[in-house]
Amino acid sequence: MSTSLPNRAGIVLGAAALVLLSAGFALALFWVPSDADQGFSQRIFYVHVPVALTAYASFVWGAWKALRLLWTREPSYDLESYTAIHIGVIFGVLTLVTGSIWARISWGVWWSWGERQLVLFLVLFLFYSAYFMLRYSTDPGPRRAGMSAVYALFGVVLIPVSFLAIRLAENFIHPVVFNSHGPQMAGSMFFVFCVCFAGMLALAGALYANELTGKRLDTRLRELREALA
Amino acid sequence: MIRARGLERRFGEKRVLEGLDLDVAAGETLLVTGPNGAGKSTLLALLAGLLAPTRGEVDVTVDRAEIGYLAHEPLVYRELTPLENLDLYGRLYRVGERRERIGMLLERFGLWEARHERVSTFSRGTAQRLALCRVLLHEPALLLLDEPYSGLDAEASVLVDEELGAPKGSRTVVLATHDPARLEGLATQRLALA
Amino acid sequence: MTQYVGDVAALARKDLLLELRARDTLPAMLLFVLSALVVFHFALPDGSSRLAAGGLLWVAIVFTALLGLGRAFVAERDQRVLDGLILAPSDRSAIWLAKAVSVLAFLAAAEAIALPAFGLFFAPVSRATVAAVVLADLGIAAVGTLFSAMAAASRARELLLPLLFLPPMIPLVIGGVGATVAEAPARYLGFLAAYDALFAILCWASFEYVVTE
Repeated sequence: MSTSLPNRAGIVLGAAALVLLSAGFALALFWVPSDADQGFSQRIFYVHVPVALTAYASFVWGAWKALRLLWTREPSYDLESYTAIHIGVIFGVLTLVTGSIWARISWGVWWSWGERQLVLFLVLFLFYSAYFMLRYSTDPGPRRAGMSAVYALFGVVLIPVSFLAIRLAENFIHPVVFNSHGPQMAGSMFFVFCVCFAGMLALAGALYANELTGKRLDTRLRELREALA
Repeated sequence: MIRARGLERRFGEKRVLEGLDLDVAAGETLLVTGPNGAGKSTLLALLAGLLAPTRGEVDVTVDRAEIGYLAHEPLVYRELTPLENLDLYGRLYRVGERRERIGMLLERFGLWEARHERVSTFSRGTAQRLALCRVLLHEPALLLLDEPYSGLDAEASVLVDEELGAPKGSRTVVLATHDPARLEGLATQRLALA
Repeated sequence: MTQYVGDVAALARKDLLLELRARDTLPAMLLFVLSALVVFHFALPDGSSRLAAGGLLWVAIVFTALLGLGRAFVAERDQRVLDGLILAPSDRSAIWLAKAVSVLAFLAAAEAIALPAFGLFFAPVSRATVAAVVLADLGIAAVGTLFSAMAAASRARELLLPLLFLPPMIPLVIGGVGATVAEAPARYLGFLAAYDALFAILCWASFEYVVTE
């Protein structure tokens, strides 16, 4: 990926995110019909679930880059993996916040242990925060890159395992919007959901491209400074 | 046997080795000299495969089983005896006639009497003797020695001289030392790190 | 294959021998778990259900394991002996397996005291609980050993290990507590077994990348 300004991929994704999210939010607020059970407050679903899915996607992307690092031992993958996970954690925190708001609006409490998605994200938040602690307390170099990569792979395996565990831990049901027969929503709702989801992915992509470019520029600048010194 | 191009290793911000090129053929003895912090230990660790270069490449044609690496630390368990330590390494390195070989080395380096004592009771020099036994145990084709004479008394130093001086077929030696004069006669190549 | 088993055996024997000589980790774990159980008695207000005590058993186990795991790679780290082991032609995963086996042995020894003590202080321990403890121990040893190696390689060892170790322990605790308190423990035991299999394979395959460059 080129470090020259302007960063093409970042700009394209950023523009796409702007368009999709504006459209998505407008549609979610004004156009799409209200949910039969939950009423107007259910609309936060159009933010909460895309954000959550984007967080998962980021963690998986980070794990993929981690796998590439271990496979090829190319150091550039370390930065890509780290950035993806960083973005994932940001979206993870957003998931917790929007989920908490939804819980408050819908059921009057800021937190519920019965909310599987919320509990899962709490566990993942703890796990991936430890990722940063691991990186922070290890000297930069190939060793840190290898350990981080293993940890990132661990995380991606932990996601379904934790989800299963939380399900087993007996709780009341999170409003199931997707069931095994596909989304049990009206077609229009599904359309708006997809627009918002695409927008969130584009946003994550834009942030990813941006952060990566910035960090690579930093590295390049440092190298040039050393070469001149 | 050993080939390095543009070898560089940095630790965080600090660059210890930079743009190093190296060619060592089998059977050669390379003497690495330089002041403290020049990167002698780092180079040996890179050759052993303990460290990966941050830039450039290093290619050692033998695999781990044929490498004997002597570090600053003796790399032995302090709460085990010489016999137990060497037995463990002997198993891991698939040393044939393990017991005989261990006995022979301990005898040679004057550790036979102390074979049942824990390494934690040893002096620095005695532990270094054990480290030398560890390194020579599996008769490696490539010896990487980081200041092998450090801590040794005159008697033990002579033992090392003898070991290095004895013709050992195509055994390659890379040696980092503060005392190059001692090995002048043996060196086929010299590398001075700044 | 026999070579691999031989390597693991030699390394595991070394770990057990070291503990036999030092005699510090295992006694500490035993004392810790007993102290923890006593603390839990006072932490449970009068009228707390038996179920709450069952849950606390698992807290005790996880934190006792944490205590032991903090010591797991101390000998290798202090004298950098790990470098010597890594350079050997043996598979690096053998180091992990041997260490996990020894961690498992210590944990089992601690639980051999803890479970009867729990039965004495709180309530009898069911067969399902014992089965769950056995299964959970495998997962704890496998995952804990990997993270112990990671923490040992960092600057903030004792601080980092709990942070790395606890989140992956959450599913194990859920499985364990489920098996202890639920009427139908079978699915929880099944879950624990699946966790063990999955993470043991992951740890076994990835240990190499944690200790080498």
